[in-house]
Amino acid sequence: MSDEHTDDAYAGERLKLSPFHSRQSALNIRDAWASWNGYKFAPYYYDPEYEYFCVRNSCGTYDICPMQKYEIKGRDAELMLNRMVTRDVRKIGLNRVGYSVWCTDEGRMIDDGTIFRLAHDRFMLTCGSPCVAWLEQSAFGFDAVTITDISDTLAGLSVQGPASCAVLKRMGFDGIESAKPFDVRRFPFHDDELMISRTGFTGDLGYELWLHPELALQVWDELYAAGEDYGIQPYGETATNMARLEAAFIMPAMEFNEALRTVRFEHDQTPFELNLGWLVDFAKPHFNGRTALWREKQRGPRYTLTKLDIEGNKPAVGSYIYRSKRCVDEIGYVTSAMWSPAVKANIALAMIKTEHLDGDLLAEIYYEKELRHYRRVARCKHIKKPFWMPSRARATPPPDC
Amino acid sequence: MSRHDAIVIGAGHNGLTNAAYLAKAGLDVVVLEKNDYIGGAAVSRELHPGWIYSNCSYVCSMMRQAIHRDLNLSTHGLLLVPYLGTINFGDGDGRLFAYHNPDAAHLELKRHSPHDADAMHRFQADLTRYSQLIRKTLMRTPPEPTSFRPKDIREFLFLAKQFWSLGEKEIYEYIRFFTLSAADFLEDYFENDLIKAAMASPGIIGTALGVYSPGSAYILLHHVMGDVDGNIGAWGLARGGMGAISTALAGAVKAHGGKIRTNAGVRKVLVESRKAVGVLLENGDELRAGIVVSNLDAKRTFTRIMDKADLPEGIFEKACNFKIRGSSGKVNVALSGLPRFSGVPNNRYINRGGQTFSGSLETMERAYDCWKRGRWSDNPFIESIIPSAWDPTVAPPGCHWMSNFVQYCPSALTNGPWTPEKRERFGQTVIDKIERYSPGFKDLIVHMEVRTPHEIEDEIGLTEGNIFQGELTIDQLFFNRPFPGYGQYRMPVRSFYMCGSSTHPGGGVSSACGANAAREILADLRRPNTVPQDDFHDE
Repeated sequence: MSDEHTDDAYAGERLKLSPFHSRQSALNIRDAWASWNGYKFAPYYYDPEYEYFCVRNSCGTYDICPMQKYEIKGRDAELMLNRMVTRDVRKIGLNRVGYSVWCTDEGRMIDDGTIFRLAHDRFMLTCGSPCVAWLEQSAFGFDAVTITDISDTLAGLSVQGPASCAVLKRMGFDGIESAKPFDVRRFPFHDDELMISRTGFTGDLGYELWLHPELALQVWDELYAAGEDYGIQPYGETATNMARLEAAFIMPAMEFNEALRTVRFEHDQTPFELNLGWLVDFAKPHFNGRTALWREKQRGPRYTLTKLDIEGNKPAVGSYIYRSKRCVDEIGYVTSAMWSPAVKANIALAMIKTEHLDGDLLAEIYYEKELRHYRRVARCKHIKKPFWMPSRARATPPPDC
Repeated sequence: MSRHDAIVIGAGHNGLTNAAYLAKAGLDVVVLEKNDYIGGAAVSRELHPGWIYSNCSYVCSMMRQAIHRDLNLSTHGLLLVPYLGTINFGDGDGRLFAYHNPDAAHLELKRHSPHDADAMHRFQADLTRYSQLIRKTLMRTPPEPTSFRPKDIREFLFLAKQFWSLGEKEIYEYIRFFTLSAADFLEDYFENDLIKAAMASPGIIGTALGVYSPGSAYILLHHVMGDVDGNIGAWGLARGGMGAISTALAGAVKAHGGKIRTNAGVRKVLVESRKAVGVLLENGDELRAGIVVSNLDAKRTFTRIMDKADLPEGIFEKACNFKIRGSSGKVNVALSGLPRFSGVPNNRYINRGGQTFSGSLETMERAYDCWKRGRWSDNPFIESIIPSAWDPTVAPPGCHWMSNFVQYCPSALTNGPWTPEKRERFGQTVIDKIERYSPGFKDLIVHMEVRTPHEIEDEIGLTEGNIFQGELTIDQLFFNRPFPGYGQYRMPVRSFYMCGSSTHPGGGVSSACGANAAREILADLRRPNTVPQDDFHDE
């Protein structure tokens, strides 16, 4: 993939290019590039807010090639995964996807990801950060399991938004409308196969396309031809982050610090702190971190990730949360915050000491107007449901397709 | 005969907003609508199978965010999508692209005039300053200048403080601004004709003023003081068409227990002992209520549904003389494909934005001259947008619909009344002009709806088809709106209020008039206020 840089003295420092790169760079009007897992990656292509609205209003695509993908295969694959993650993998049916987390012995969260059951004895695990070492460590003692890193050999493209189903149908994937959330479907595609899962990271209707990298440009061209009339548009990291926050999905290095990279004591999190207790299944056979997590469940988490609707319209980025307007008794901190254009609310996720959850919550917000700083102490409302959860995200068949 | 706490006449967006807040306060409210659909001028109508026109208002930027948030309009299905990129067409080959990226926009202006590209920064700063001040008044009741009530004195002090914070020079500039024409205002900044015309175009939309008429500078400001998610001057589209706003507001009305009755035109407001007590419907039904609120314009309210004998002296005459002149037409076109414009690159973002056929100040003024003479212009000003390029739900895939707002179009023609033939000729004039910029445009047309002031008044009840429910000139603004002495939503008959765009802060899909009126009504009823404060204080 880096052939073009063979005479390049900086070849070793350059980023890898996604199989969709040529098409995406043509649409990256602003020449905005960042990186993710060694891949050249766009924070945005034209305008972050425009791209966000494509996800909420029409249809957008997000390159998930840089995501880590592992194939876990063999007679012991299910056993091994079930020993590693907190949720009961046995309950993930064939051609179904399950969201899960995995923890250290101390019950601290290493990462989250999705588990695809592609056959009785074959799984795909996707996650944000590389985890070969942990997977191999977790496979210790299991004879019949092979773990293959397929991150570079399987391309992924997320197609999200209310028109996503209509666009995929138009592309020729008849029957995609009958796929339920977390279903996996396979479609023949130019003498090969395309796998489509009804998954995503936007909280909206959406799908993820999984394919051999050789098919990437063909898939792109056909998808964009089908989506042209729907205003299909690539979106980058910024729009993703906006959409996922409205859906109240957690992000590594924002809501949680990966346990294996954490230096300071308990500067990582437990699933209970992140409101993911529902993913921890104590009824299943033993799994990593069970003892510590059981203790955590009994004791209750020290902090709880909380959804906040904050008065005013200034995002509470980096704010402390206090019990009173005097701002002397800190009880938590904001992890992500933004003005939500779709919900029309000043939303945030915050880690708040559990004992104070039911009391007054006040965010101390700093913002700038023409180089001068202003401060505002704003009342926060504790929200129980995700900020954004349109019915179309769960409807089968989805509307307008 | 049925009894309610409050009756709101007219299910336009302000009527629905008013009803939602009264219902939220626990009142038994009914909204009465003469048409078989709600929304007034904020409607989505499928006039050709598969194509959904916002056939009156077509873009949105004034909707008060605080109301959207407070009434949970998102939960009731409202999504406002900002659109970007506008092409301004000159008289000849001139094209000015309003790129979204500030650097790209600057370079584009520079291509036309390096002077104007720099001047744009000062222009935007001044306009933003003016906008910020006026925005602070949108969700407040104007003070009564002669009352000396503590509430009014407090409000005057608030305004004085805001004014004072501008600094001495800007106070003078601001006062001067209100008397300026759009053209004179722009002369202070720009030299290029195309840029001037492009910037002047918001100064004539919906008004019977020309770019050289004093007062049109304020109209310009009125159109750019809105925002989408805090981006002042940005415009948005409602997903599903403007009717989505009305549908969401109706959802809020019902969620709070209010009722909406369609096909319920009001013949007369019932007044007993100088107090409004109910309404008589066209069908003969009588409804009684402690409060009656009119969302109709001031002229229609006092000359059509009220008995002159029920009004104090002079009010009927004031209403007759209320300046509400029809000046705009609308041509809604269903298209089999996306039109292409000559001299415009195949840029997917620019092509999807709006098209403004402003030409030059001269062209705009000539079009106004025609209006004064009771004709429509052969070379009209057209503000177009193709909502389907942004919203996949309003036209079949690959097909589009184009909203063309036309200035000027008189409500009364010198050569006799409007007829269907004249209406079609007017529409054809508009299509011919677009065709000149987009060869082949005519071949794309699948269906067309032409609306002159006559149709607008006939269908949705705006007198003369005036989109603002009355001119936005200083004699009819703020505490003068609709009439001096009646700027606080209370009308000359007890228990009778107005909540439409004929009241402060005037036209536009803002919901502010309806909300302000609700706040005053609740104060009179000594009920707790349910109307939120605007969130301007963070600006």
